[in-house]
Amino acid sequence: MFAPRSGLRAPAVLWIPGLLAVALTLLPAWYLVDRSTDAGWAKWDETLSRSAGELLVNSLALAAVVSMASATIAVPAAWLTVRCALPGRRFWAVALSLPLAIPSYVMGLTVVAALGPRGILQGWLEPFGVERLPEIYGFWGAALTLSAVSFPYVYLVVAAAMRALDPSVEEASLTLGKTRWTTFARVTFPALGSALAAGLLLVALYALSDFGGVAMLRYDTFTRAIFIEYQSSFDRTAAAILGVALAGVASVVLLAELLVRARSVERMRARRIAPPQPVALGRWLWPSLTFLASVVAVTLALPVFVLVYWLVRGFRAGTEFPDVWTSFHHTLLLGCIGAVVTVVIALPVALLSTRYGGWASRALEQTAFVSHALPGLVVALSLVFFGIGYAGDLYQTTWMLLLAYVILFLPNALSALRAPLQRQGRELEEAAAALGRAPLRVLATITVPLARPGVYVALPLVFLTVVKELPATLLLSPPGYRTLPGQIWSLSTNASYGAAAFPALVLVGLAAIPVAALAWWGALGDADA
Amino acid sequence: MLRPFFAAARRIAVLQRPLRAATPLALAATLALPLLAACGGDDADITVYSGRTEQLIQPIIDRFEEESGLKVDVKYGSTSEMAALLAEEGEDSPADVFLAQDAGALGAVSDQGLLGQLPESLLSKVEPRFRAGNGQWVGLSGRARVLVYNPDLVPESELPSTVEELTDPKWKDRTGWSPPNGSFQAFVTAFRVDSGEEATSEWLQAMKANGVKDYPNNITILDAVAAGEIEVGLVNHYYLYEKLDDQGEGYKARNHFLDGDDIGALVNVAGIAVLAGSDHREDATALLEFLLAEEAQHYFAEETFEYPLAAGVAADPRLVPLTDIESPDIDLSELDDLEGTLDLLRANGVLP
Repeated sequence: MFAPRSGLRAPAVLWIPGLLAVALTLLPAWYLVDRSTDAGWAKWDETLSRSAGELLVNSLALAAVVSMASATIAVPAAWLTVRCALPGRRFWAVALSLPLAIPSYVMGLTVVAALGPRGILQGWLEPFGVERLPEIYGFWGAALTLSAVSFPYVYLVVAAAMRALDPSVEEASLTLGKTRWTTFARVTFPALGSALAAGLLLVALYALSDFGGVAMLRYDTFTRAIFIEYQSSFDRTAAAILGVALAGVASVVLLAELLVRARSVERMRARRIAPPQPVALGRWLWPSLTFLASVVAVTLALPVFVLVYWLVRGFRAGTEFPDVWTSFHHTLLLGCIGAVVTVVIALPVALLSTRYGGWASRALEQTAFVSHALPGLVVALSLVFFGIGYAGDLYQTTWMLLLAYVILFLPNALSALRAPLQRQGRELEEAAAALGRAPLRVLATITVPLARPGVYVALPLVFLTVVKELPATLLLSPPGYRTLPGQIWSLSTNASYGAAAFPALVLVGLAAIPVAALAWWGALGDADA
Repeated sequence: MLRPFFAAARRIAVLQRPLRAATPLALAATLALPLLAACGGDDADITVYSGRTEQLIQPIIDRFEEESGLKVDVKYGSTSEMAALLAEEGEDSPADVFLAQDAGALGAVSDQGLLGQLPESLLSKVEPRFRAGNGQWVGLSGRARVLVYNPDLVPESELPSTVEELTDPKWKDRTGWSPPNGSFQAFVTAFRVDSGEEATSEWLQAMKANGVKDYPNNITILDAVAAGEIEVGLVNHYYLYEKLDDQGEGYKARNHFLDGDDIGALVNVAGIAVLAGSDHREDATALLEFLLAEEAQHYFAEETFEYPLAAGVAADPRLVPLTDIESPDIDLSELDDLEGTLDLLRANGVLP
């Protein structure tokens, strides 16, 4: 039923902006390749042989451990909140999504401020003669930080897949006398396979491209090496070369994710099903609640507590707090404009690929996902090259920053816009066309209104990702333009935790609004299903 | 990244709630458009690229704006980041002024022909060893390299007198440094100029073998020393006094000046230059005048605890007087080979 061949031809009103949008996303890839090949292949050889091997191992090891840790938390959490008779299911669903409001660098900052050599824990243990804690910097600190902020991705994917699962096979297994555990292990878990794999790869991609978290924890991955190269060298070629290498690795992960996701979508399109009977937890109720509570404590309550602690401490010590009002204003502005502009640019592509048939529409959409493989730092770097060479008067204005956000988050907007559009058959438009209504009127009166629900999700989603974004914001902010991420970054690299806690709390509060709204709606739908 | 949210989108679609999409969209658009107009454009009289931090530079820039009525935009970053940006931008750079944390970066930008000649009246305010031989940059304030130590853990009498001594097994796991930091890199460049590549490599290797710990910058080294995480660290002299004023004498870190002729006692400068491509030379020169005059020099002396270099302003009484540091005999302009230093640091595994 889903993608019937349609005789509708896409109007130029959609084609032209769609093509432009996709051209835009290809911009960074092009300039990066251009800039990195400037100095000839000898420079490639030299740069990559220097440290690329070690960086690759470090980055992949981090991606692997973070994915595994996320799955270990997310799968039981999803099962408990979706399938079990758990008090406050919607509360847990929202609380388990809320860590999405905490940027990785803020999480990294709180990990260091809590567990670092001069952190809160050491302060508390000092009366007992503990003068130093085990080193938090490096692999394990980075893994802890990234796992805490990225497990919600797996949780959301797996929870959605669980809701779509047909419970009759599980019921058959139970009827045949298998225990709950056996049923979960042999029936439920395997059925989640491809959704889980997609979630894991998503997290792996996240871990590979994250900059803020690994930088705070001083763990040498590709992104940190690129940033150090960018910051401390008079020559940008090596940074560009490492950027291409990272984009290459990320593309492999993205490709795998696209393949796996295609399979999981097939499964999830199964017929609508009656909601299963919630599993009574019995004597497992309290252990389950304890598990969920500790996940929420570590990933949500702890960072907020640490920030408040440092803020109060800084306040008492008379720390000079930065001007948060200006940066809040700028970040809010960038978030709103970034969201509107990105969604407006993504809309034609989403409409083309879902409402009009043909290989060209589909190719267009696939191409738009290319920038998903480019980490924020790499996109920012390439826009620095582009800006200097070609952007003229726009260079070093907020326009460059907005351009970066559009390129980075177009795939997110597209995903959110596509989902509801895909579920609607094309009968309405076909009927209207058959009855002689002009293509443009069909578009305006039927197709665009169908996109509304997607827009509701895409706007807060892009807003959230924009306000949290760090590397592009750091590299492309115009002179004197203060933002919350920039402020948090510069204060925390000087270990001014008290002063950094203030903008960090404001940012988390700002980002929590769209996350809570989206999670609440998601849970609403859950009650409906 | 948040594709899982389709689920939510799908559910809302299913609910078909009678919300009007137009309302929030129109609201966002009306909110956004006038503000968009406000954030384009560039109306500054002077654009400064600063390799020094905002906390340090912005207050004195604010004073200049008050005094002169000119509007100054400052882009902050690391010194080499700004130098690289100037190199990429070339003639088209919007920058009028480059404020650098060390002389080497100024030398490198000058080598690329991007700096303009400064008037003699400006240059003559500073003694020759703290300005460019070719007259393209001038020092604003002096910064001595020192060894910071924790007086509770190391008695003064045991402190080394050269950086070479830090490779002694006695200092195993007790030392910190900051390889990504520009001042540290300038010190390594000076080491290379003074003793050659091989000796520098040997020293770096010996330090690593001796368990030296990496920190992202000077301040984190200071805090680590004060907290007893390490006992000594290689830093610039002035961060300490700010900390002491802030946290009192209980802050367990003190400066130790190494032997005058040791490379570890190098006095570098934070300096300033006007870009050759600047369209605002006159305003830019006025900014330089202001920064070399008494008020700004006092600010550097009192607020940042650096050595003032002009207008006869005296340094903080707690500092060893500049005239008493017989800094190693190095022309600061020669410290421009940062690439060579970075290669050496990478070759020795000190930087990734």
